[in-house]
Amino acid sequence: MRTGAQILWEALHREGVEVVFGYPGGAIMPAYDALLESPIRHVLVRHEQGASHMADGYARVSGKVGVAIATSGPGATNLVTGIATAMLDSVPLVCITGQVSSKFIGSDAFQETDITGVTLPITKHNYLVTNVDDIAKTIREAFYVARSGRPGPVLVDITKDAQQASTVPVWSDEPVRMRGYRPEHRAGSEDLSRAAELIDRAKRPVILAGHGIVKAEASKLLRAFVDKTGIPVASTLLGLGGFPATDPLALGMMGMHGESWVNHAIQEADLLIALGMRFDDRVTGKLDTYAVNAKKIHCELDPAEINKNVRADVALVGDVRDTLESLLGLVARNDHGSWLARISDYKGDSAVRDIQTMPHDGRLFAAHVMHDLWRITEGKALVVTDVGQHQMWEAQYYKHDHPRKLVTSGGLGTMGFALPAAIGAKFASPKDEVWVIAGDGGFQMTACELATIAQEGIKLHIAIINNGYLGMVRQWQQFFYNGRYSATPLKSPDFVKLADAHGLDGLRVTKRDEVEWAVERARASEGTVLIDFRVEQEDSVYPMVPSGAALHDMIRRPNPIVETAGDE
Amino acid sequence: MTNTRLRTYIMHVEDLPGVLNRVTSLFRRRGYNIDSLTVGRTEVPAVSRMTIVMEADDDAARRIEANLYKLVNVLKVEDTTRRPCVTRELALIKVRADQARRAHVLQLAEVFRARVIDIAPEAMIFEITGTRDKIEGLAGVLAEYGIVEMVRTGAVAMLRSAGAEAEVQEQPRTSAA
Ligand SMILES: Cc1ncc(C[n+]2csc(CCOP(=O)(O)OP(=O)(O)O)c2C)c(N)n1
Ligand SMILES: [Mg+2]
Repeated sequence: MRTGAQILWEALHREGVEVVFGYPGGAIMPAYDALLESPIRHVLVRHEQGASHMADGYARVSGKVGVAIATSGPGATNLVTGIATAMLDSVPLVCITGQVSSKFIGSDAFQETDITGVTLPITKHNYLVTNVDDIAKTIREAFYVARSGRPGPVLVDITKDAQQASTVPVWSDEPVRMRGYRPEHRAGSEDLSRAAELIDRAKRPVILAGHGIVKAEASKLLRAFVDKTGIPVASTLLGLGGFPATDPLALGMMGMHGESWVNHAIQEADLLIALGMRFDDRVTGKLDTYAVNAKKIHCELDPAEINKNVRADVALVGDVRDTLESLLGLVARNDHGSWLARISDYKGDSAVRDIQTMPHDGRLFAAHVMHDLWRITEGKALVVTDVGQHQMWEAQYYKHDHPRKLVTSGGLGTMGFALPAAIGAKFASPKDEVWVIAGDGGFQMTACELATIAQEGIKLHIAIINNGYLGMVRQWQQFFYNGRYSATPLKSPDFVKLADAHGLDGLRVTKRDEVEWAVERARASEGTVLIDFRVEQEDSVYPMVPSGAALHDMIRRPNPIVETAGDE
Repeated sequence: MTNTRLRTYIMHVEDLPGVLNRVTSLFRRRGYNIDSLTVGRTEVPAVSRMTIVMEADDDAARRIEANLYKLVNVLKVEDTTRRPCVTRELALIKVRADQARRAHVLQLAEVFRARVIDIAPEAMIFEITGTRDKIEGLAGVLAEYGIVEMVRTGAVAMLRSAGAEAEVQEQPRTSAA
C-alpha cells in the first residue's frame, strides 16, 4: 500500500522528471511530505508564477515536459499567468495543484478555488482527481497529452484526501490510449506533390520558419531543404535559431519589428512556405494586404490553424519534420540568384539607418548591448528575454544560430517571464551560459526570484536594459498618442544594491565602452552577476509596422544622412 | 469564402463531469454563437451525444470541427450540413384560449399536428414536434391568440443512412482546398 502522495512522486519519477518547481501550502502538504523520500529535486520559488515560468523555461530548453506544483486557492491562481503563457506558445507543462478534500468541494472551503474551471480555456486539458486510484493513470495521461501533438499545459488538481488515502498502485508500461485523443496527423501525398510543384515553379519564394521547426527538432531538415531549393528563410520571433541567423540565406525576423527587407520580400513573394507557424497578427499586419501575390503552403500540426488567418493554397497538416522530409524528396534542386539579389536591393539604406553603424557619440543604446553581447559570447549563449523593446532589440541583434537558444514569451507577451524562465532553462541545460535580458519594468514583476537563484546557488547572467520607462508602451505613446506619456515613466530601485541584498554581484554600465568589461566580468564570475545597463531612455524599436497597417508600411528609423533626427 | 448558414453538428463525447462545460467554453472563447444545444445519453454506455446548431461560414465550420477535436473528451464530430439528416425539435406552447376560441385554436393546431396536453379555463398547452420551421409556423399563428409562454428543446439530429453511425474515430478534414 502507498499513499496518493507517494504514488504522485513515483508517477513523476516514472515519467523521467528530475526537477520540479513549486511552493507548498495546506492542500498540497501530503505531497510535500512524501517529497522528502523522492529522488526528484524540488526548487522552492518565491511566487507560484515563477514556478510555472520556470517549468516553461525548462521545457522550452530541454524539449521535455516541465513540472510546476502549488497548493490550492491562491497557490493555484498564481500559476495562471505561466499556464496561459505556455498555452499560447505550445509549451508542454504539467501543473500539479493541491485541492481541498473532496467532501468540501463546492462549499467555498478555506483556500478552495475551482482551478480546473479557471484554467479550462488556458490548458490543453485538465483533471480533477478525487480518488487515490486515479492518480497514477492521470499523471501518465497528463504527460502524454502535454507532450504529444501540439504540446501544451495540462493541470492536475488532486484533492488532499486523495493524496492521503492509500492503495496498491497499478503501473502500466503500455502506450497511453485515450478514446477521444488522436494527436497525430500526416500530410497527404497528393497535397505533398501539389506543394512540391508550387515550390519548383516559384520564382520569388520565401520560407517562413516558426516555432514548430524548433519544437519538432526539424532544423537539420530545414537546412537540407534550403540547401536543395535555395529558398531564403524568414523567421518568426519564436522561430529564431531554427535556421542559422548568420547563414547567407537567413533573412532575419519578419513582422511588426521585423527587418524591412524581410517584410518587403514577403509582400513581393509569389510563394510562402509556412513551416510550423500560425500567421499571428504580429507577423502578418493587415490581413487583406498580406502577401497578396503569393500562393501559400501551410505546414502545421494543428488542423485548427489552417485557414484561420491566412488562406492556404496547400495545407500540409502533420509534424513539420515529417512534412519536410517528404518534401525534400519531391522538390527539385534550384537556386534563386536573381530573387536574392532583389531582396538585397530591399535592404537599401537599412545599414545607414541602423543604430549599430551610426557614428559613435558615446551614448549607450540597447542595440549596442545586444550586439556586443552577441559578439563577446560568439553567439553561443542561451538567451532568455522578457517582453518589451529590449526583447525586440535582442531578436534583431543577437544572431541565434542554434535552436533552443532563445527563450521568450511570444504569444502572450508576458512581462516578468525572463528571470524565472531562465532559472528553468539553467536547470535544463546547466552547461549553457544563460543570459537574462529584461527591461527595468518586467524585471521588477518577478524580481523576487533573485532569492531563488541565491538559494539554489545557480549561475545566471542578468542584463537589465534600464531605460527608465515601460519602453514599448512609451514608444506607442510617442508614435500613436501624441507623445503623451501616461503611466510609463518608471522609477526603479538600485538594481546593483538589490543584487547585493541577495548576495549576488551587481554592476552598472552607463557608457558603450564599458559593456565589454562588464560582460566579461559577469562571465568570469563564479556566481550570478546582474548588470544594470543604463541605456538611452527614449530610443524606439525600428522598423515598426503599426498595428493594423500593411506589412510593408513600416515606420523606419530616421536616416541620419538625408533626414534630420526626429523625422519619421 | 462566405456561405454563412445555420449548421447542425452531431457530437459524441465521453460522459464525464465537466465535458459540456468544455464544449460550451470553446464556443464562447472562440466567439461562436450557439443557436441551440441538446445533450443526452446514447445507446453506448459512458457516451453522450450533443446536437449543436450554430451559424457559421464554411471556413469557420471546418475550424470549429478541428477545434472540437482538440478537446480530449470529444470522440466524434459530424457537420451534417451537406448530408441527409433528420432534425427534430420539441416545443410546449401555452396559448390564451377561452371557451369561445378553443375550437378555433384546436383546428389550427390540428393543421400542424400539435397535440393538446393541458386545458384550463383560460389557456391550453400544445406539444409539437418537428423541424424549426414547423414549430415557428405554429408559434406564428398562435401568436395572434396570445402566447403565454413557450419552451423549446433545441434540435436533435440523426444522419439518415444506416451505418453512418458506426463507432469510428473520424479525423477532422485537413485538406485546405
Ligand atoms: C504582464 C504584462 N503587463 C503589461 C504588459 C504590456 N507591456 C508590454 S511591453 C511593456 C513595457 C515593458 O517595459 P520594460 O520591461 O521596461 O521593457 P522595455 O520596453 O522598456 O524594454 C508593457 C507594459 C505586458 N506585456 N505584460
Ligand atoms: Mg524599460
